[in-house]
Amino acid sequence: MRPSTFALLGGVIAAPATAATVTVTIPRQNVAEYHRPYVAIWLEPAGGGAARTVALWYETKKTGKEAGTKYLADLRAWWRKGGKAMTVPVDGVTGATRAPGQYSVALPADLRPGRYVLSVEAARETGGRELVTLPLTVPTAAARASGKTELGAVTISAR
Amino acid sequence: MTRIARRLLAAAALLSIPAAVSAHRLWMLPSTTIVSGTDSWVTIDAAASNDLFFADHQPLRLDGVKVWQPDGSEGKLQNGSTGRYRSVFDIELDKAGTWKVGTQMSGVMGSFKVDGVEKRVGGRGGPPRPGQPAPLTVADIPANATDVKLTEVSSRNEVFLTAGAPTTTVFQPTGKGLEFAPVTHPDELVAGEAAKFRFLIDGKPATGLKVTVIPGGKRYRNDEGARELTTGADGVLTVTWPTAGMYWLNATTTDAKTTTPRATERRLSYTTTLEVQTP
Repeated sequence: MRPSTFALLGGVIAAPATAATVTVTIPRQNVAEYHRPYVAIWLEPAGGGAARTVALWYETKKTGKEAGTKYLADLRAWWRKGGKAMTVPVDGVTGATRAPGQYSVALPADLRPGRYVLSVEAARETGGRELVTLPLTVPTAAARASGKTELGAVTISAR
Repeated sequence: MTRIARRLLAAAALLSIPAAVSAHRLWMLPSTTIVSGTDSWVTIDAAASNDLFFADHQPLRLDGVKVWQPDGSEGKLQNGSTGRYRSVFDIELDKAGTWKVGTQMSGVMGSFKVDGVEKRVGGRGGPPRPGQPAPLTVADIPANATDVKLTEVSSRNEVFLTAGAPTTTVFQPTGKGLEFAPVTHPDELVAGEAAKFRFLIDGKPATGLKVTVIPGGKRYRNDEGARELTTGADGVLTVTWPTAGMYWLNATTTDAKTTTPRATERRLSYTTTLEVQTP
């Protein structure tokens, strides 16, 4: 196991009240065949460095030959940045896919002050894939971006 | 095209040794190069054709295809089948890391004359074909032969597949012939980012080596899209990828460093197929 894996595995422990939150919108799709998207949220230091997975939503119940982990690589950017070296499931990080709606995820409370890039990637079966990135400055966390197809508004706010 | 030239061409395709007369490109096309999950399979097409990656000429024979597991030990090729235009086989990536799949061929090709009659050496690999005489080898050249022209040929055609996190054991060079020693992992290629690959000849950096890079999907565009690149003084090639997709890469060179007596030339070739991801 590589040293960077540690950073990836370190999930969200009970976040204190001062921590920041990212809110991700999964838009409703007007399609005949809909499957909930796989979503990954991760942080990278702005100057480069190991990625840290904040949340990963995938098909956790599937087992056997077509286990849900087979499609984790479809979150291409996340897979390349660190997903490939991560063992799932991870407490406090991984979970089941979510239906369309708005979801708030606490960012790690132990982030050192500095500049980061927050990425949100969504990949949907029989659908598209989208990557939204936005800058994150700790401790003054406030940023906003929006996807076009697979993701709606992504906002970071101090909680 | 003479009959012999045509036969040579077909033989070269089957042998996966590019003969000078052959413009057909040998390629392997994996269904994917990056897999996740617990039950990972990759299926690979293998053929020789002009347009990449459209099988319309000859299949690549599977006898010479080998599988290297991430730890370097030999793996298994499964469900192999050879059709009219292409061969197909599967690899079960049951161990995490980077796998290597492909052919490594070496041989001697050429001709000599006995009593004014020209005869050929080599030219067809694999098991003997029923009803056809076995090809002549260097050992079959009689003492009274004249006009002996022999060329050593050595070629590799490999693809790399990664389950989980990439590893680099399969890139360990053998120090023989033309080899690929990537600086950028071949399963970590992204459109818009430059990749660096080192090439080695007999274990030493191959400086000034000419390398051709061609994107797949030839039939759906007008341009061939081939780029002719050259390695630097350190044997390193820098490639940028304009778009995501499958790319065919080939390096071919000749030198005079032969080991076979009376061989005057050595022809070296390296081929791989690379998958470039969207950012």
